[in-house]
Amino acid sequence: MKTYYNPEDLKKFGKIGDFQKPLADKFFDYYGEVFKEGALTAREKSLIALAVAHAIQCPYCIDAYTTDTMEKGCDEEQMMEAVHVAAAIRGGASLVHATQMMNKANELSM
Amino acid sequence: MKSLKAQQSKLSNSTYELEVLEANTPTGFEETAFSQKLRGINLYPLKPTQIEILQINMGKMCNQVCKHCHVDAGPDRKEIMTQDVMQHCLDVIRQHDVKTVDLTGGAPEMNPNFRWFVTEIRKISQSVNIIVRCNLTIIVANPKYNDLPEFFKEHQIEVVSSLPYFTANKTDSQRGDGVFDKSIRALEMLNAVGYGVEGSGLTLNLVYNPSGAFMPAAQDALELEFKKRLKNGYNLVFNSLYTITNLPISRFLDYLINSGNYEAYMEKLISAFNPVAAANVMCRNTISVGWDGYLFDCDFNQMLDLKVAAEGSQHIADWNQAALTNREIIVKQHCYGCTAGAGSSCGGATS
Repeated sequence: MKTYYNPEDLKKFGKIGDFQKPLADKFFDYYGEVFKEGALTAREKSLIALAVAHAIQCPYCIDAYTTDTMEKGCDEEQMMEAVHVAAAIRGGASLVHATQMMNKANELSM
Repeated sequence: MKSLKAQQSKLSNSTYELEVLEANTPTGFEETAFSQKLRGINLYPLKPTQIEILQINMGKMCNQVCKHCHVDAGPDRKEIMTQDVMQHCLDVIRQHDVKTVDLTGGAPEMNPNFRWFVTEIRKISQSVNIIVRCNLTIIVANPKYNDLPEFFKEHQIEVVSSLPYFTANKTDSQRGDGVFDKSIRALEMLNAVGYGVEGSGLTLNLVYNPSGAFMPAAQDALELEFKKRLKNGYNLVFNSLYTITNLPISRFLDYLINSGNYEAYMEKLISAFNPVAAANVMCRNTISVGWDGYLFDCDFNQMLDLKVAAEGSQHIADWNQAALTNREIIVKQHCYGCTAGAGSSCGGATS
């Protein structure tokens, strides 16, 4: 069955350089630097990546960072809490716009 | 849960296991014989550096049946080392410059001659490092084992114990229901006599290995996390954490195949090949002794029944130091488990 997303395609990520190498090289260098141990630990960065993966709903990223967080020693509870952070921000982002709706409604009301 | 052997599983046959490992090379990894990989970094044939560690498997009998066990150990396994074989081990320890004696199993403490053997090793030398790979739960499994922490202390044993995680669900999913709580009780008993306590001189190291088809975390970072969680949650202390990669043999291989993870796991191990870890593999300074006295390059080769390639010196009774030091170490596809990422050994990461 043809689908837009194929788990096997994740392994081909590095091949984006086949069509445009200099930009791919810059991106992967940057990517590698970002995830290095820094002011945040590699483990904290992996949990952030897992949360963002859910916010942007990228199936490749979800597979990759589920594995990566487990390989950084996180457990399921910590991983789920990270996803709840993403969900809370997404939910909050919708709800905070309700203030605009309320402003407009008040403006139009007697 | 029964052992693979008791279930009469095909994977309890080492010849079949090796066939599976050799035949099922992941797609796109055709040129990946482990020996070829070593040849590429001038390490083939793989030779020992020196023999420093004698790792003795005292038997396959165990009170636990862990899902990942490479020994396929459990209560239904009756193969244990006899006093006669132990005597040959003592002769080797006495005559050769063995720096570390590493006792493993199964649960080595279940061997009825375990305490005699430890006492005899200590009589030979006050300085030889004696390690007991204790599964923790054995200490609380039966009143007759409750004094093991005292016994370990009396003989200056280094205790190395598996604790796959600092939570019950992940520990129990790998090692069996209730194992986490019993392990915590055993750790309390070890701490009570001084094990893991700063300044006591009694070493308690823990072993982490992943509860599934993924690689272990960085050893240093995970050690900090374990220390924090065990101290805050249970007021427990320990010395070092060793991270160990699960090798694709025996029960872990069975799990990988049945869960559909085999190919991806092998791909991961192969693509994470680390030349530094390869140079530091434990088989270069270790000889592994089986319960029946046969000699192997490591505990994994022992389970695959790959005896050392040292003519006339394949049994502890026929120990020939020169033949063993000059042998070629037998390598197969499972060896990728020791060379992936930060590397893996019975003493944790190797690079």
